[in-house]
Amino acid sequence: MEAIEQHEGLVYALNRANIDTDQIIPKQFLKRIERTGFGQFLFYNWRFHDDGSLREDFSMNDPKYDGASILLAGDNFGCGSSREHAPWALEDYGFKVIIAPSFADIFYNNALKNGIILVKLDEEQIKEWQNRSEDGQLSLSVDLQNQTITDDSGKVVEFDIPSYHKEKLINGWDDIALTLLMEEKIFEFENS
Amino acid sequence: MGKPKTIIEKVWEQHVVHREEGKPDLLYIDQHLVHEVTSPQAFEGLRLANRKVRRPDLTYATMDHNVPTKNRDVIKDEISRKQMETLRKNCEDFGIKLADMFHPDQGIVHVIGPQLGLTQPGKTIVCGDSHTSTHGAFGALAFGIGTSEVEHVLATQTIWQDRPKTLNVKVEGDLGPGVTAKDLILAIIAKYGVRFGTGYVMEYTGEAIRKLTMEERMTICNMSIEAGARAGLISPDQTTVEFLRGREYVPKDEAFDRVSEEWLALATDEGAVYDHTVTINAAEVEPQVTWGTNPGMGVPVSGATPFVAESDNPDEVERALEYMGLEENQPITSIEIDHVFIGSCTNSRLSDLKKAAAIVEGKQVKDTIKAIVVPGSFSVKLEAEKAGIDKVFKEAGFEWRDSGCSMCLGMNDDVVPAGGRCASTSNRNFEGRQGNGARTHLVSPEMAAAAAIEGRFVDVRHFAGVAQ
Ligand code: SF4
Repeated sequence: MEAIEQHEGLVYALNRANIDTDQIIPKQFLKRIERTGFGQFLFYNWRFHDDGSLREDFSMNDPKYDGASILLAGDNFGCGSSREHAPWALEDYGFKVIIAPSFADIFYNNALKNGIILVKLDEEQIKEWQNRSEDGQLSLSVDLQNQTITDDSGKVVEFDIPSYHKEKLINGWDDIALTLLMEEKIFEFENS
Repeated sequence: MGKPKTIIEKVWEQHVVHREEGKPDLLYIDQHLVHEVTSPQAFEGLRLANRKVRRPDLTYATMDHNVPTKNRDVIKDEISRKQMETLRKNCEDFGIKLADMFHPDQGIVHVIGPQLGLTQPGKTIVCGDSHTSTHGAFGALAFGIGTSEVEHVLATQTIWQDRPKTLNVKVEGDLGPGVTAKDLILAIIAKYGVRFGTGYVMEYTGEAIRKLTMEERMTICNMSIEAGARAGLISPDQTTVEFLRGREYVPKDEAFDRVSEEWLALATDEGAVYDHTVTINAAEVEPQVTWGTNPGMGVPVSGATPFVAESDNPDEVERALEYMGLEENQPITSIEIDHVFIGSCTNSRLSDLKKAAAIVEGKQVKDTIKAIVVPGSFSVKLEAEKAGIDKVFKEAGFEWRDSGCSMCLGMNDDVVPAGGRCASTSNRNFEGRQGNGARTHLVSPEMAAAAAIEGRFVDVRHFAGVAQ
């Protein structure tokens, strides 16, 4: 996993609550055995018609959001299936930061494992940025070390993140390698 | 005796390998279940890092999501075939037991775990699948994980987990006649919403829960994730012990008696404290039907879709009604369907099929409806056939299929077409879940069976053939 400490980028807001992982990446794309290349299928049924053409009524397809890397979303983002293909698709599409009032538990862990910064903020702040993002011009600067987000008007908003998750993101640590440092303890447990 | 504890705390404490202030706990995993969809990248990760599977003996794999439910020998979809081949190769290379498509133990991973007795009280069980919560019915701490975590468990047999908060879902009283475990869990989610369990492990307690069979308990725990909880469990009791007696992977004879004592001791202590408790009166629950695009959007069959303006979240309700092709305040019994799916890890066990069969016996599926029954495992299928249930379904006009996930998520050929409307015994009614543009209504097997006959939703309690 790549280390990530800061990120500045364009905001796209998807104002819906309970966005489930079936929407983030529909099942027909779960058959691949690779870990990469899922970005093209992100929000597939919302972005594309059955024949594969773009749906113009879906805001994400508006060219003004091209290159967006910060996603604002509603409550309970990532609920449903445990498919890690969801963060793979988000990350591969280019989203490095997701800001929502809350995230589903399994999605939260999956996203962190893929170096995506998840920020929980209150609805009001998200609404404010969501409104301001509608012209496709809002960019935010996320500083994980200091746990702040600065918008282009200079407003600084603080956020909470468990220190353990923060440390892992900043260092890009491989979880398995870390755990294997404790192999002794695992042996002990198995033999007790 | 120390402070009274919940089963959640007991099982957790028994599995902590390492604990450090300010960090999640490192938990030991007793049973890792694997299927073809969420595992290939994990095995690939092991190979790239030159790692082994630490405990192949605690790992068990099957194929369920992609498998065809008819004509198994021909998998037309090349990518599906490759995914299943990959699992076979991974299991061979890493020494893992696999119940492949033609194996007598094949089935939906959450059906075969309990059936084989791999699922036991007090175990920690994970699988790259959110409905792993099903196994909680036995008093196991069971939860779904992502593929990176699958890789982590394969390599280390452990997982880092934040200590969960505990939520007591207490169900008092008795379910009325014709009201099922499925209705109960749908009613709970409709009442409290799709995220009230987030951050919690739920324990279902109370009189109504104690009276449920193991299969009914599995239906309840299965849908814990639909309420946002990674895990939901039920303290083991004599019902649990009797279900497990004689199963392939449980100890035999005296060893069984010893282990069942240990299981029973895991039950939540009198006076244990939960972080939160909700109480439901089972007698108030009616047969449920979901009308919207998440499992919390459900009402009693006697009810109607909501008024947009009167709901807490009008935008969401409006979008859901539009997707579902329904009006506001539309009576549930006016909704006509064209597909019926009886199956999935929620409701595809022998008792589910028996109850649905009792409803359709001697009747005919409405001719505009495509109705399929997909047993949860190969063994459920065989048992059902022994009992003649397949004939009942077939004579009524249902298709009788081989086991797998099938139309629950439509990864194989079993999909509902765009605009199609399905009465489904599965657990998710998300947009596009059963097929792009497909509309899903979640119901019990009995309600699905009655809808197949009538062509629309009816209150199964007033339907001929239901034991009152
Ligand atoms: S039956 Fe449906 S919910 Fe259950 S494991 Fe299969 S796809 Fe998932």
